[in-house]
Amino acid sequence: MTATTDRPAERGVARHSHGDVPMVSRGQRFTSYDVDAFEVPTGREEEWRFTPMRRLRGLHQGVAATGTAQITVQAADEVLVEDADPSDPRLGEGGIPADRVAAQAWNSVVRATVVTMPAQTRIEDPVMITVTGPGVGQIAYGHLHLRLEAFAEAVVVLDYRGSGTYAENVEVVLADGARLTVVSVQDWADDAVHVAAQHIRIGRDAVLRCTTVSLGGDLVRQSPTVTFTQPGGDAELLGLYFADAGQHLEHRLLVDHAVPHCRSNVSYKGALQGDPAKPDAHTVWIGDVLIQAAAEGTQTFEVNRNLVLTDCARADSVPNLEIETGEIVGAGHASTTGRFDDEQLFYLTSRGIPVEQARRLIVRGFFGEILQKITVTQVRERLALAIEAELEAVGV
Amino acid sequence: MSTLEIKDLHVAVPTDDAAAPQKEILRGVDLTVRAGETHAIMGPNGSGKSTLAYSIAGHPKYQVTSGQILLDGVDVLSMSVDERARAGLFLAMQYPIEVPGVSMSNFLRTAATASRGAAPKLRTWVKEVKAAMSALDIDPAFAERSVNEGFSGGEKKRHEILQLSLLKPKIAVLDETDSGLDVDALRVVSEGVNRYRANGDVGVLLITHYTRILRHITPDYVHVFAGGRIVESGGQELANELESGGYERFTRRQEVTGVSSS
Repeated sequence: MTATTDRPAERGVARHSHGDVPMVSRGQRFTSYDVDAFEVPTGREEEWRFTPMRRLRGLHQGVAATGTAQITVQAADEVLVEDADPSDPRLGEGGIPADRVAAQAWNSVVRATVVTMPAQTRIEDPVMITVTGPGVGQIAYGHLHLRLEAFAEAVVVLDYRGSGTYAENVEVVLADGARLTVVSVQDWADDAVHVAAQHIRIGRDAVLRCTTVSLGGDLVRQSPTVTFTQPGGDAELLGLYFADAGQHLEHRLLVDHAVPHCRSNVSYKGALQGDPAKPDAHTVWIGDVLIQAAAEGTQTFEVNRNLVLTDCARADSVPNLEIETGEIVGAGHASTTGRFDDEQLFYLTSRGIPVEQARRLIVRGFFGEILQKITVTQVRERLALAIEAELEAVGV
Repeated sequence: MSTLEIKDLHVAVPTDDAAAPQKEILRGVDLTVRAGETHAIMGPNGSGKSTLAYSIAGHPKYQVTSGQILLDGVDVLSMSVDERARAGLFLAMQYPIEVPGVSMSNFLRTAATASRGAAPKLRTWVKEVKAAMSALDIDPAFAERSVNEGFSGGEKKRHEILQLSLLKPKIAVLDETDSGLDVDALRVVSEGVNRYRANGDVGVLLITHYTRILRHITPDYVHVFAGGRIVESGGQELANELESGGYERFTRRQEVTGVSSS
């Protein structure tokens, strides 16, 4: 079952989900609306190898929905909020599922939520979208489609909370000159499993500022794909995550520079704190950036930093930059995972600041760098408090 | 009136070589810096000048194997890094460290609170910082930037001297503060050091590779550092000799003593 018929339902030179054929390029990865076009993953595949499959609660094996997630949109009158049929031709403009869970979610939804910011309109107040999980032991699928028409401007807060298992596709479609700021907060209850594929399409001179914060949940796996369709696009993807004992927080990004003169900046920072009595805290960050041959004048940088606060914590970090043209402005990546930066500690203490206070300054600074870019004050303050509580729990 | 005494200081750093896990860098440094004195330590690259600076500040990488450092008779080596700073020692670093997410203003106030024992009154503090920044030609906007992050080499050095002027240590060690500065920046930074010297009974240990900063900051003593120790001491005339003759005379002699002692 595919949502529509007027688009190619499949893309990519070879199926690679079971590892037979080496993938030539990240840009050529297999995509499809058809669930059965993807093998049931075993956990040995490249894109699943970090994920604890047994904790996916059958999302990859075609488990049926048992409940629904509640999606509420609080927005100004200019914003058009629709409850759309899955056959709506707009769905899929953001992108096509690239893994089995995303395809499963695509085909399992009964209704999709479409939020449209009309052309040349500046929405003053943040659009608040709250997604509440289906409840303990329940499974739900969802589809959210955000579209900004030409030169629209908006701030959207996506607030995930509650319990249960939730797989979804989120599409973000920015028309020419649109400007969108998104703050996405995963503040799930401890039992929640959340698997999301974000399909982001950026038009000419459009600007995206996206901050993702993952705090709660048993397993959170987010796979944003950014595709530039016209020159002049600008995407900044910031992330912040804090994994406690037993939590699995996974972020897999693909930024596809297919056209010239676009800019992307990816910066994810995370902290981990484990507990010897519980399973490890685990974070995964995969940052794929592809600069295709046509994408001259590209400027891109991606960085992931992990702060390992205690034992019994594991951070996997894999930056990957694929460059098919040398005619670019700049491309770089960096990744660090460590206990603490001893040189920073030395510098602050050499000015008389006591060690414990210096440590606190550095750790808060580590998060502050991302937090201070969140322009929605009440969300920023709420997150700062949540992180403060996490840090106090480990005595940092 | 403070005195920093360094007595027969030996310092080693860890190596990756299992057969020789330590490498000795400082081989018996003797030096006394009294309040009111400025000592210049000059030496070629690799002579151990920076090791001396970091050892005084207490960087964990440098292991003191023997010898003493005393501040007014009190054992500095048994103090932690922050205790040394609060006791009145300051190191202006050659490569100041970036601390993302911590604003310069927050950092300066926290450091001043620690070294003064109480938080400075906000109103006078703001004035004090503004005046100190202006004296060093630092744009006030830097106060809201993260500590050293994205600063140019010259901006970092100005901020080291800014901290010197606000923290008012008893003894300041300036590690190659002149390196990487253009003529104007060198003048501004030197004037900052001279104001600090003029303001009280303070001692300065000025570590440098070149003589040019000594035209702005006049030393009372000049020491030549080679092979991990002071090999000759004198006055300004020694700096003049180094300017014309370079370090060759001293490094050659070091090699000769090295051969005879082996």
